[in-house]
Amino acid sequence: MKNASATARELGLVSCEDCHQLSRLPELPPRRSLACPRCSAPLHLRKPNSLSRTWALIIASAIFYIPANVLPMTVTTHLGSQQTDTIISGVIHFMETGSFGIALIIFIASIMVPLMKLLILAGLLLSVHCRAHWRPKDRTRLYRLTESIGRWSMVDIYVITIMVALVKMGALADVDAGPAAFYFAAVVVMTMFAVQSFDPRLIWDGLEEQHE
Amino acid sequence: MNPMACHQCDLVQQIPPVPDRAAARCPRCEAVLFRTRVNTIDRTLAWTIASLVLYCVAVSFPFLTLNISGIERQTSLLTGIVEIYQQGLVWVAILVLVTCVVVPFMQMMGLLYVFLPLKFGQSFELSKLVFRLFQHMQPWSMMEVFMLSILVALVKLSDMAMIIPGLAVFAFALLIFSLAFAVSSVDPHQVWAHLDDRR
Repeated sequence: MKNASATARELGLVSCEDCHQLSRLPELPPRRSLACPRCSAPLHLRKPNSLSRTWALIIASAIFYIPANVLPMTVTTHLGSQQTDTIISGVIHFMETGSFGIALIIFIASIMVPLMKLLILAGLLLSVHCRAHWRPKDRTRLYRLTESIGRWSMVDIYVITIMVALVKMGALADVDAGPAAFYFAAVVVMTMFAVQSFDPRLIWDGLEEQHE
Repeated sequence: MNPMACHQCDLVQQIPPVPDRAAARCPRCEAVLFRTRVNTIDRTLAWTIASLVLYCVAVSFPFLTLNISGIERQTSLLTGIVEIYQQGLVWVAILVLVTCVVVPFMQMMGLLYVFLPLKFGQSFELSKLVFRLFQHMQPWSMMEVFMLSILVALVKLSDMAMIIPGLAVFAFALLIFSLAFAVSSVDPHQVWAHLDDRR
């Protein structure tokens, strides 16, 4: 090893994303894509087109986030009176009826988590673009946070699925899913793909150029 | 042990011997490099088979029953997905189906496919591919989120109706734990080492 702390890229090695096997990178980059000798997964020094893919996905999510919040999520009929709820009006409704716990769960899962994911990813992308040296460890931690919290945004989609299945009694009581459900589901899926397409090693690449 | 590179910051490091049931963390970015598992093949198989039994119960038995002033409506796990589909929200229905029904099933099948032959010191031709797919599927298995949603829906409907949980709900709740135990008993390093030696 050249020095105490060298990255695989500096040593001419490439780490398999699927089985973590280190392989030596061939001298001349071949035309064909490389495959891991152990598990035959495609090998990349860094995830391909990581920055542009992640940007594309978070911009698309940000656009879809608007109809997800403006359009109705559920249409409830109870004893003849009809009520349409968006994500936010649902949260407010819970607070008014005293279910603060549920209001908090929906608020965190449906409003805070997607928004935080988008902001964190945009921040990380910008920091990579301007080769920031600011606290790379904490930025990697933020990335891990977006990885672990994303799934919980699905709560509202599942709640609607359960309600729609259960409450089907015509004029007495009926719950239908609104158009926002599609947009919101799309936001969740696209932000998950955005997290997966971002390569946290890019955060550390900016530091190495300083060493040399 | 061979040197390995951190998958989050690319730092190459020699890994000292790691005790059982411990995690190795990258000294630079603190990402978990790997966790050591004890008895990975037997434990994974045991939990996977238990999960498969619970899964069959969770999918086929009545899930939740709604009771509004005497009128009852019984649903299964799939009812909501079918209803959403019929309302035209095709993609939402597919997403729920994939994350709560299809992916957990494929996880269990994948584990059986890889670990059953390993138990007898063998491996199938597609073992490596299946194990790679299994690793990529993990973020899309969201049953624990669904469980939280059941609780939210119960509170939401509590002033309108009475809800009776069916056998499937309990099986589903247990399935979340048993599948989580199955997945966390998997030691990818050992699996890849086994699959590597056989070739």
